[in-house]
Amino acid sequence: MNRSIPPAIKDAVEFDLKLKPYEKFTLDNGIPVYVVKSDEQETLQLELVFPAGTWYENQSMLALATNFLMKTGTSKHTALEINESIEYYGAYLNRNTFHENATYTLHCLTKHFGELLPVLSEVILDPVFREEELSVYAQNQKQKLAVNLQKCDFVANRYIDQYLFGEFHPYGRVSTMMGYDALQTEALEGFYKKHYTYNNCKIFVAGNLPENMIPLLNQFLGSSKWNGESHLQRLDLPIQPAEEKKFRIFNDENGVQGAVRVARPFPNRYHPDFPKMLVLNTILGGYFGSRLMSNIREEKGYTYGIYSQLYNFRQVSAINIQTEAGRDVCESTIEEIYKELQTLQNVAVPQEELDLVRNYMIGSILGDLDGAFQIIQRWKNLILNDLDENYFYNNIQTIKTITADELQHVAKQYFTPADFFELVVI
Amino acid sequence: MTHYNKFTLANGLRVIVHEDHTTPMAVLNVLYDVGARDENPEQTGFAHLFEHLMFGGSVNIPEYDEPLQMAGGENNAYTTSDLTNYYITLPAENIETAFWLESDRMLSLAFGEKSLDVQRKVVSEEFKEHYINKPYGDVWHKMRALAYSTHPYRWMTIGKELSHIENAKLEDVKAFFFKFYRPVNAILSVGGNVTLEQVKALAEKWFGDIPSGEKYTRNLPVEPEQTEAHKLEVKANVPLDAIYKCYHMQPRSDKRYYAADLLSDILSSGGSSRLHQVLVKEKKLFSNIECYHFGSLDAGLLTIEGKLVKGVKMKDAEKAIQLELEKLQNEIIPERELQKVKNRVESLLAFEDMSLLNRATNLAFYELLGDAGLMNKEFSNYERVTAEELHQEAKLLFDEKNSNTIYYYAEN
Repeated sequence: MNRSIPPAIKDAVEFDLKLKPYEKFTLDNGIPVYVVKSDEQETLQLELVFPAGTWYENQSMLALATNFLMKTGTSKHTALEINESIEYYGAYLNRNTFHENATYTLHCLTKHFGELLPVLSEVILDPVFREEELSVYAQNQKQKLAVNLQKCDFVANRYIDQYLFGEFHPYGRVSTMMGYDALQTEALEGFYKKHYTYNNCKIFVAGNLPENMIPLLNQFLGSSKWNGESHLQRLDLPIQPAEEKKFRIFNDENGVQGAVRVARPFPNRYHPDFPKMLVLNTILGGYFGSRLMSNIREEKGYTYGIYSQLYNFRQVSAINIQTEAGRDVCESTIEEIYKELQTLQNVAVPQEELDLVRNYMIGSILGDLDGAFQIIQRWKNLILNDLDENYFYNNIQTIKTITADELQHVAKQYFTPADFFELVVI
Repeated sequence: MTHYNKFTLANGLRVIVHEDHTTPMAVLNVLYDVGARDENPEQTGFAHLFEHLMFGGSVNIPEYDEPLQMAGGENNAYTTSDLTNYYITLPAENIETAFWLESDRMLSLAFGEKSLDVQRKVVSEEFKEHYINKPYGDVWHKMRALAYSTHPYRWMTIGKELSHIENAKLEDVKAFFFKFYRPVNAILSVGGNVTLEQVKALAEKWFGDIPSGEKYTRNLPVEPEQTEAHKLEVKANVPLDAIYKCYHMQPRSDKRYYAADLLSDILSSGGSSRLHQVLVKEKKLFSNIECYHFGSLDAGLLTIEGKLVKGVKMKDAEKAIQLELEKLQNEIIPERELQKVKNRVESLLAFEDMSLLNRATNLAFYELLGDAGLMNKEFSNYERVTAEELHQEAKLLFDEKNSNTIYYYAEN
């Protein structure tokens, strides 16, 4: 046996990736329910999505605080009672606020679903925003912020988004002590009433589902026009990128590392260059074998890790290269980042590397589609962005067929160093 | 129930196979029975540095990552005080690529100076990123030294000091490899869309001819029982005062481990747990407080860690914690609360088992504990714990003499 010869492999282009379809139900009040079933385990996930993200707030942190505090008391139960009734069954009721949407997600054993749905329904339909809960929340968030503000990576993430989008844009706005102090229960209540309404709700369910799930959902979320009908207008807001391009900030005089960010705005997912950039970004800094990782970590040892990220924001995206590097090699790191950007502009990606990245990306998507929880996640992202499976298949097609010439063309358009913001926070 | 088959190659390599034909993927996991606890006290951080070097090419394969990525695969690894674990996920059709790569690096590494030189730097940056350049980042370094006098848990996996990593020599690296990274000290676990026959044939083909090596017999210094409370005051450039209290608990395989684990859930697992409810919500002494442990194989530490609300005095905060611990020592836990934490474990295990990677990794881990089959008995170990046992455990565990406390003060 000759160990230097690799075993034969099946190439990515030969994998026929299929996105398992969802089933769709409609509750009596019109709420759509998207379902991906699987009977292999005893668990389920149910997610409620509302257009209640930071995009819609007229006051900093309003969306986040509303989403958080809904779970801290209803007209009938205290926060402790609600937590008890969820946690007794080993279940999790998590909440999240994003730029566009806010969510409530229940994870539980299928056998307990009937006990948990009434609690979820009460939290969504009948929250009461109490002064006491708000003041504990604001105080604890401020303390957390104080700790985070000492971390160079946290501070760098805040600044770079401000440079990219402007500090008043929802994508660039950051949490502040003053913002927490300004929160009022009336404002939370108002935001809740306007955004958490039956006609703005979408439900995504995956896993092993009880027989009577739809009747149960109808009983607890589908039988009335809760919170009335609310029609939200979602207007695009212009971004206001910073005029300067280069920033150096000292956050901690004794810091032994600097947080490096090199970033530029990029068109959103609806633009034809977006799927191409997904591939180019992977080559640049999207996986362990990427150009940035090979050069700056594996060749030079400047950092523990360096990544390039393509934002998935709705209105406008961005490419953001990020790393924490030794204090004395931050400037060299930036130089090397620019070198890698320029190499992609000037030299076509070698065929072997392109094949490798195709295979890596397809293998990774194959793994991501493994299981109902993962599949519903894909569907959710498509549905919430008004897309369908064609978008998914087009992206796969781009990964399988994009040429080195096309990639170089995209690099020439978007990888000019002068177009990037650069930031070091020590 | 996670079903599996088990066999051992002639060279001593234990192999576990978990067939799951509902997935298009496969996982290959290799666990080496070596962690930071096995290090020479003068060369700490070595097991972890070594994990990095495992990606620097092996005797017949100059690049580890490239062929794997070409086969649509991903991989990673981690080192703890107890063990070192490597795993690959890839499309099942390409499983042989994983066998080829993992067997070659078990056979022998390339041992290049360049790789050692670069990874020393990378690990130094990792050290800085996680333990130096973060507020409170040094606390575990200090706590381990405070709580352990003898056992190697007294240093962190990343190492006691940067110089140990910076001074690592290639001869030391080689010696470490041939002592620990041998078939007889390893467990191979393969899961996913594979068959037992296929794995038997591939294991024999790729791992069968690797020299067995010498079985490593662990003989670590035993930590003497702690007889008085340890306390340490720290002042640092952080925004908030914090308190860390650690109590010596029992090893992973001891029956008492499960009682301690459930106690930690009673204190801190979700919004209805005692520490959060009483100390954050009612008394408003802490902005956050949690209780956790690392599941160490040898006797580990149960930790309570909290950040004080600005203006609260350290002694009031500590007293309030102690009051909650005394309640556990003096009063039997209500049946419903005990059922709650057991339900939590049941649910946690069910969600954990959803992931193929977790199942493959856990089978290897439980095999290290003595038998892969223990994985399927884990819930019953929790189920049988009684309220009285929790009561007894609380008395032993939360004895003040068994405590190690760090008072971490904000400088300004």
